[in-house]
Amino acid sequence: MVKATEQNQAGRYGKFGGQYVPETLMTALIELEDAYKEAQQDPAFYEELNYYLKDYVGRENPLYFAKRLTKKLGGAKIYLKREDLNHTGAHKINNALGQALLAMRMGKKKVVAETGAGQHGVATATVCALFDLECIIFMGKEDVRRQALNVFRMELLGATVVSVDQGSGTLKDAVNEALRYWVSNVEDTHYILGSALGPHPFPQIVRDFQRIIGIETRKQIIEKEGRLPDAIVACIGGGSNAIGMFHPFIDDEDVKLYGVEAAGSGIDTGLHAAAIADEKEGVLHGAYMYVLQDDNGFIQEAHSISAGLDYPAVGPEHCYLHDIGRVKYEAVTDQEALDGLQLLSRAEGIIPALESSHAIYYAANLAKEMSEDEILVICLSGRGDKDVQTVRDALGGNYDGK
Amino acid sequence: MMANKTLQNVMEAKVAQGEKAFVAYIMAGDGGLDALREQILFLQEAGVTAIELGIPFTDPVADGPVIQEAGLRALATGANLRAILKTISSFKEEIQIPLVVMTYLNPIIAFGIEDFVQACEQSGISGLIIPDLPLEEATLISDELQGTDIALVQLVSLTSPQQRIEKIAKAAEGFIYAVTVNGITGVRQGFTEQLEQHLSNLKKVSQIPVLAGFGISNAQQVEEISAMVDGVIVGSAIVQAFHEGHKEKINELLNKQPV
Repeated sequence: MVKATEQNQAGRYGKFGGQYVPETLMTALIELEDAYKEAQQDPAFYEELNYYLKDYVGRENPLYFAKRLTKKLGGAKIYLKREDLNHTGAHKINNALGQALLAMRMGKKKVVAETGAGQHGVATATVCALFDLECIIFMGKEDVRRQALNVFRMELLGATVVSVDQGSGTLKDAVNEALRYWVSNVEDTHYILGSALGPHPFPQIVRDFQRIIGIETRKQIIEKEGRLPDAIVACIGGGSNAIGMFHPFIDDEDVKLYGVEAAGSGIDTGLHAAAIADEKEGVLHGAYMYVLQDDNGFIQEAHSISAGLDYPAVGPEHCYLHDIGRVKYEAVTDQEALDGLQLLSRAEGIIPALESSHAIYYAANLAKEMSEDEILVICLSGRGDKDVQTVRDALGGNYDGK
Repeated sequence: MMANKTLQNVMEAKVAQGEKAFVAYIMAGDGGLDALREQILFLQEAGVTAIELGIPFTDPVADGPVIQEAGLRALATGANLRAILKTISSFKEEIQIPLVVMTYLNPIIAFGIEDFVQACEQSGISGLIIPDLPLEEATLISDELQGTDIALVQLVSLTSPQQRIEKIAKAAEGFIYAVTVNGITGVRQGFTEQLEQHLSNLKKVSQIPVLAGFGISNAQQVEEISAMVDGVIVGSAIVQAFHEGHKEKINELLNKQPV
């Protein structure tokens, strides 16, 4: 019997996790942990959270039976968990909302956040507008270019977006700058970390606020099918949508769980973001995880067409779930993700985010190998509006790429 | 009771003489590994108490722009933890003052903790400063340091509450590194009013010398902060002086020390 996610001490998942941060941040982490524990005991906190999740985010969102896709692939019945239908277009709002409510509990009126694709940045800017919190978002220079519309969305919402030139100008560098900013402004600022990463208690808090994905899925599939699914597939950058989806199913051993990393140009090219596939352990941004690095321990740049998966590590709980074999981690290339995106767009009239397209491609192959009486759920973590320009460039301007 | 480690003895001797310690930070490999010997011997000659040897890293979250840029220059020359320690060992007989390695944790993990500690011993390293290793995680390294002459220097910040300061002070060896600002390394105009109170409180709690660092960048600040504690650590200003070839500025920083 697998009891996968018991934390044995200070945010440890097996050997992964921990709190590897400068001393200046320790007090803020302890304060956050205390505030969260207190909130967990307070029904009023969840009453408020649930109110906003329902009336503002639009939960619960559907578990949609993808009939045409199922027929086309000729295998398992495919359901899509429609996180793309949330306000702001992705699962990120679930966590941003929860953490903003926590920040207010701690009396903090300022918020800092990092963003890759811009989805977490938009979600954070949104909840800051909603609750009148001051908001500063750090975003890698390369991502600012790739996701120009999301930058403008954040600015429309009243956030200050800072372009980060350091390093590769992607998500990891945005986290570095957000951490530096937090160290310098820790007394009145809360850091809304966007993925199940970073020092304890962040991986736990982010997971808990994302668990709503799996909790709803469980209830919905039982309503529709009278039983649990045979397999669930989700994409993984840092891993927040995946851990939120997987966690309520961890103890159901008959439900196979698949996490899909970004293989970029291909694992063997070295240009990828698949830290679990690489299996090198290390410390980045406060946690012990699998981290893309060279022999000197220098962090390597991640590569993926999808800005949201462009991170050189995977959250500590996923590293643990990999080690104990509870979740199977696979990787899908840029090209394959583009195929997945087009597949779902044509089959169901749903343009998925490039991140989610990794899960779709993998799930499509998996579904073909499954029988018609089996059930497969894909976490459709976000919608593809933000990626249309990137996809257009990648395909050379038309559908066939000609 | 175990004998104190060399780093602590050197700092305590300085205090006993009624003098203030001055620790100079350099970014190893900035200017090439070939420049390391000359930089260290220059600082030794100039009279610094100890040298903090910064190891370049790709993701230095505790560092400000000056040291970040120095780190990028060092990385570009191919400097890394192994190569730096090897270079040091080639002229360690010429070094009479303590060397303290300042590195983020991941290069140590990639090196292998046991191998790293052994390499430090072979290079005559007296101390370690690991900015992303707070007290809660310290045993990862401190267990390996038992029985060596290498001290694991603990940092105390302005945000550390009293109870925590006492806990850190109890575990500390070598000296206590008092971070003088909420923020990252680098040049600053001034310090908060609470700093003096914070440092004097820390002095009361600590059994070992307290040195202050982060943001101390001119002779006046050296004098002002030194008066509150047992000494100072100066980083960005020295890194910048070496980079620009103005070594005389380092002498200026040192000469203004109250003795």
